Amino acid sequence: MSASTLRIALVGNPNCGKTALFNLLTGGRQKVANYAGVTVERKEGRFTAPSGRVLQILDLPGTYSFEANSPDEQITRDVCAGNYPGEAVPDLIICVADATNLRLHLRFVLEVKRLGRPIVLALNMMDTARRRGIVIDVPELQRRLGVPVVETVAVKRGGAKALIERVDGEMPTAAPAQPDDAASRADLHAQVREILTATVTMPRTTAVLDDALDRWVLHPVFGLMILALVMFLVFQAVYAAGKPVSDLIGSGFGWMGGHVATLMPAGPLQSLVVNGLFGGIGTVLGFLPVILVLFLFILTLEESGYLPRAAFLLDRLMLSVGLTGRSFIPLLSSFACAIPGIMGTRSIQDPRDRLATILIAPLMTCSARLPVYALLIGAFIPIHYVFGVFNLQGIVLFALYLAGILGAMAVGWVMKHLRRDKSEHALLMELPSYRMPKVRDVAIGLYERGAIFLKRLTGVILGLTVLMWFISTFPSPPAGATGPAINYSFAGYIGRGLQYIFAPIGFNWQISLALIPAFAARETAVAALATVYLVGGEATGGLGHALAGQISLASALSLLVWFAYAPQCMSTLAVIRRETNSWRNVAISFGYMFVMAYAASFVVYQVTRMLT
Amino acid sequence: MRLSELPKGAPAVVDRVHDAHAADPIAQRLRDLGFVDGEPVRVVAIGPMGGDPVLIQIGYTRFALRRAEAARISVRSEVAA
Repeated sequence: MSASTLRIALVGNPNCGKTALFNLLTGGRQKVANYAGVTVERKEGRFTAPSGRVLQILDLPGTYSFEANSPDEQITRDVCAGNYPGEAVPDLIICVADATNLRLHLRFVLEVKRLGRPIVLALNMMDTARRRGIVIDVPELQRRLGVPVVETVAVKRGGAKALIERVDGEMPTAAPAQPDDAASRADLHAQVREILTATVTMPRTTAVLDDALDRWVLHPVFGLMILALVMFLVFQAVYAAGKPVSDLIGSGFGWMGGHVATLMPAGPLQSLVVNGLFGGIGTVLGFLPVILVLFLFILTLEESGYLPRAAFLLDRLMLSVGLTGRSFIPLLSSFACAIPGIMGTRSIQDPRDRLATILIAPLMTCSARLPVYALLIGAFIPIHYVFGVFNLQGIVLFALYLAGILGAMAVGWVMKHLRRDKSEHALLMELPSYRMPKVRDVAIGLYERGAIFLKRLTGVILGLTVLMWFISTFPSPPAGATGPAINYSFAGYIGRGLQYIFAPIGFNWQISLALIPAFAARETAVAALATVYLVGGEATGGLGHALAGQISLASALSLLVWFAYAPQCMSTLAVIRRETNSWRNVAISFGYMFVMAYAASFVVYQVTRMLT
Repeated sequence: MRLSELPKGAPAVVDRVHDAHAADPIAQRLRDLGFVDGEPVRVVAIGPMGGDPVLIQIGYTRFALRRAEAARISVRSEVAA
């Protein structure tokens, strides 16, 4: 690190516009990683000041107080205090405060000041403050605080010019460090009041827009209707924009693989490239459009201030099954795909609530289960009208969705009671002012999510896909073999081995075998069944017909229930590993889902057999 | 009176935050967020299910508190302040 590099830490309350300011300062030049050993996001960026000095900026997690309540707040406290292992002590701390919310934010500024380090205060959102008629006597504020104060508008180009000039200039002198004890903490509020009385005039305490919108958005009836409408639009967008592109990518890679195959001699290498590599990359990239569309909405809703409102409306409901209002959006996203759902749990502060949400997210019926459901329901459930209007096939599909939700509620409830740490979970959630989301901030957020998925997960998923290819291809069938090649492979042996485990729930060896590639991606179960049953071709109707002749109704229902609860897919497990930084959690989620799926399938199989 | 019993829209000021148990981190956080003696508060909205959580306006900020959290805060009517 050259001597001219200045290390800056950016701190502030949640919702102070700190990340927007960070984005404005650093643009796309950011590095996102995790702090060592924990799943708190570490964001660092750099830019060159007009003087030629390189400024290296660390965007610390938003914090209300150094009396830390969560792992991310502890990190902010420890990095600022200079005792976080592996993090250099910042040369300068930029405290960001929302000019429209100074009563809350100034207290934290005073707390940071007591560390005795050089500080600059960035009064952010000055444009909004002016619009609301808030007048701040900046020179007086600076005098009373004893730290340099600059005005910023993080959402405007050039809105950080004054800040850059100040930071690039002479280093501010640090106030003497002060002890942190209960008495002096209580005193901070008195100091804030005194400073505010002397420096800030505010025509009214709330924004007119917030009052007007909250009257509707938080209304017990209209609020829930608005929420339902928002969710409806999100899902429409996922299926209208995300899913078709995902399918296109999948078939595109299949087509490319097919073309490459014609250029290569037939053999194991060709098979590896076509089925292992192209198939694997197609699977990984195929997730991307759905993830991006979902995150586009999640980020926009978060930036606008709506997400905490949704959490407010649903907190009671989610609390009854041991979760929090914040769990709702990740769980709902999991109906499209559990991967963005699990990645979206980062907005849940309490680590216990976050883990509980991650563990039950895969029980939500994701879109990849639909082809399997469609095949089996089409083959085994007659089109029969109940009460003349309800199609039995539709009822079964609905029951499977419901089974996922009820199962998740049950698991949430059980986890709540098993947890050793019974201390109360806090909500204590700020509902920030409504804001127009900025394209830049949403775009940077989207890019980060996409990059995390591709960078951290491609390796794992591709590796597992190739492994799956390997066990379904080798050893090659002996000369003169009549069955499909997969029957003679390791997967074939494993499938035959698994049938002893799965016999009590009605799976024969062909089904057991199809479960192996289904672990890579559920939808491949259909293709795998087609392969082992020698149907070939793409016609699902033909496969359905073949299945109906060879599998009993009891086995089919058991298989449907299995897919509702089974520990899948491996991409989901890879995301759980990445988001919780623990193989133990992967083992827990695999284990409980396996037991749950097995038990439910067992009951369904045995009961159906008795009845038919 | 506790903040959890305050009717919607009625103005009040905070008296103090009570610890539900020894070293109560939630009570400490409430104090840090500005629930201290003499601070004006108002219930802005209540949750659609069982009136939980409640939305509190304090200073320039709105916080959603569960009833158990709001019950830690004692309030008095504004005239007494």
